[in-house]
Amino acid sequence: MSPLLAAIFAPGLFSSSLVQIAALVCAVVAVVAGAVGVFTVIRGQSFAGEALGDIGTTGGSVAYLIAAGPLWGFTAIAVAGAAAMELIGIQRPRGRDVATGIVLGAALGVAALLLYLDTVQDSTTGATFTIVFGSPFTITSSAIPLVIVLSVISLGLILLLFRPLLLSSISPELAAARGIPVRLLGAGYLLALALAVALAAFTIGTLLSTALLVGPAATALRLTRSPTKAVLTAALVGIATTWLGIVMAYDSYDWYNESGKSWPVSFFVVTLIFLAYLLAGLPNWRRRRASVTSTDALTRA
Amino acid sequence: MFSGFMVNAWTVGSIVAVVAGLVGFFVVLRGSAFVAHAIPNGSLAGAAGASLIGVNTILGFGVFALVGALGIGTLSRRGRHDVATALALVTMLGLGALFVGLSVEYAPEIYSLLFGEILGISNTQLTPTIVLSIVCVIAVILLYRPLMLASLLPDVAEAHGISTHRIQLAFLIVVALATTMTVPVVGTLLVFALMIGPPAAARSFSDKPIAAMGLSVAIALCVVWAAIALSYQTNYPVGFYVGTLSAASYTAGRAWAAWKRHRPALQTPSAQPAKSAAGAGLDWSQG
Repeated sequence: MSPLLAAIFAPGLFSSSLVQIAALVCAVVAVVAGAVGVFTVIRGQSFAGEALGDIGTTGGSVAYLIAAGPLWGFTAIAVAGAAAMELIGIQRPRGRDVATGIVLGAALGVAALLLYLDTVQDSTTGATFTIVFGSPFTITSSAIPLVIVLSVISLGLILLLFRPLLLSSISPELAAARGIPVRLLGAGYLLALALAVALAAFTIGTLLSTALLVGPAATALRLTRSPTKAVLTAALVGIATTWLGIVMAYDSYDWYNESGKSWPVSFFVVTLIFLAYLLAGLPNWRRRRASVTSTDALTRA
Repeated sequence: MFSGFMVNAWTVGSIVAVVAGLVGFFVVLRGSAFVAHAIPNGSLAGAAGASLIGVNTILGFGVFALVGALGIGTLSRRGRHDVATALALVTMLGLGALFVGLSVEYAPEIYSLLFGEILGISNTQLTPTIVLSIVCVIAVILLYRPLMLASLLPDVAEAHGISTHRIQLAFLIVVALATTMTVPVVGTLLVFALMIGPPAAARSFSDKPIAAMGLSVAIALCVVWAAIALSYQTNYPVGFYVGTLSAASYTAGRAWAAWKRHRPALQTPSAQPAKSAAGAGLDWSQG
C-alpha cells in the first residue's frame, strides 16, 4: 500500500470486525433512512423522526429493566409512540407539532424515571450518554439479522406505498380528490418511520438516527426534483458520510487524544452531513445571488 | 416540605413555570415545538465543551443556546424550519459527542443538566435565574403585539412593515434565554414538556389570547408545584412528574374541548361574538 493510502486507511481498518459490522449496519440504516427521510423532509415531519428516536430509547431502558432484547423494546415503544401521535392528530398539519411534542414530553418524563431506576439499580450513569449520543461501534454481530429484517419491512412499506404516498405528501387535497386514503397512508408512513428510526436509534444512536434521516434526504432534495433520484441520492450520501466518518474516527486514534479513546464517529458523520447539506445549497444560492446582481445592474442601467 | 433548601426549590420552580408558560404559549402558537426541543438538547453540547476547557458549564450552555437559535433562524426558509432545526440539533450534539469523547473525566454537572436539580438549588443560583427570567418576561411583553401578528397573519405583518424574519430571530433568542435559565433547574428533557403541555392545554380551554396565556402560566405553575410535592414525597425524579402531568393537562384540555363541542347549548352567550370575531381570520385556536 502506498504511504498516502496507508495514512488515510490506518493499518487494521479493513480487518477489524468492529469496523466491518459498523460499516455494514451503517450502510443498511443509511439506505432505509434515505428512503424514509425523503418523505420525512417533503412532509415536514423531521420532528416526529427525532421524537420517535428519543421515545425509542425509553423503550430501550424498559427492555433493559425487564431484561428483554433492547431492539424489541426500541421497536415496540417507537411504534406505540407513533400510534399515540396518530391518535392525537399528527395528520393535521397544524396539530402535528403539538401532537409530537406532547408524546415526546410524556415519554421523556418516563425516561427520566426509568433512567433513575436504572442508575439506582447499578449506578451506570454512562448509559445516559450512550442514549443521548450513541455509537455504532457498540453493535454486536448477533443483532444483525434482526436489523436486516426490520429494515426490509420498513423499506418494503415505503416502496409499496411510494406513488400514492408521494402524491398525498405533496398535495393532500389532490390525493383526497382522487380517492386516495390520505390518513391511512399517513399512518402507514408513520409506521415505516417508527420502524426505521427504532432501528437506527438502536444501532447507531438517536443522534445519528436523526442526522441520517433528515440530512441526506434534505441534501438530495436540494440537488434533484425527482423523488426516485432523491431517494437514491439520499442513500448514497448517507453511505458515503457514514463510511467516511468511520474511517476518520478510526484514524483519529492517533490525533489529539488524552482520554485514550478515538474521536466519536457520530461527530464526523454529523459534520460531514452538515457540510454536504451546505454544499448542496451552494449552486442555488449562487444562482440567486447572480439573479439579484443582474437585476441590480438592470435597474442601475 | 416548606423549609430549608425546599424554599429555593419552590421559588425557582415557580419562576420557571411562569417563564415556560409565557414563552411556551408562543412556541405552541407558532408550531415551534421542535425548536423548543432542539435548543435545550443541543445546548448540552455547550455545557460539555465548557467543562472540557474548564469554564462555567452554564455559560457554555448559554452560548450554544444562542448560537443554535441564530443558526436555526439563518438556515430556515420562510415557514419551513424543521429541516434547519434538525440539522442544527444534530450538529450541536455531534460537537457534544466530540467534547464528551475528548474529556478525560466524567463530568457530573452535565448529567445534572439532563434532568435538573430542582431540589438542590443554592442561594447563589437564585439571582441569575431571577434576572434572566425578568428579562424574558419583559421581552415577551415587548414582543407581544408584533409576535402575535407575525405568528397568526404573517402576510398582514409584512404589510405593516414588520419583518417576520426578524421577529422569528427575536423569538428564537427569547427561547434560548428561557432555556438557559430553566435548564439548570428542571433539566433539558423537561423544559420542553413544560413549554408544550400547559400552553397546548390552555389553548383548548380558552379562545382569547390573553386569557389563554394566563391559563398557560397557571397550569404550568400547578404542574411544577404538584411535581415538586410528589417528588418530595416519593423520591422519584421531578422530571418524571413534570413530563406526565404536562401530558395529563393536555389530555384534560382536549377532553374539555371535545365535551364543549358536543354540548354547544351550554356555551355562554358572551362567548359567541368573541368566537365569530376570532373566526374572521384569527383562527388560532385548535382546529
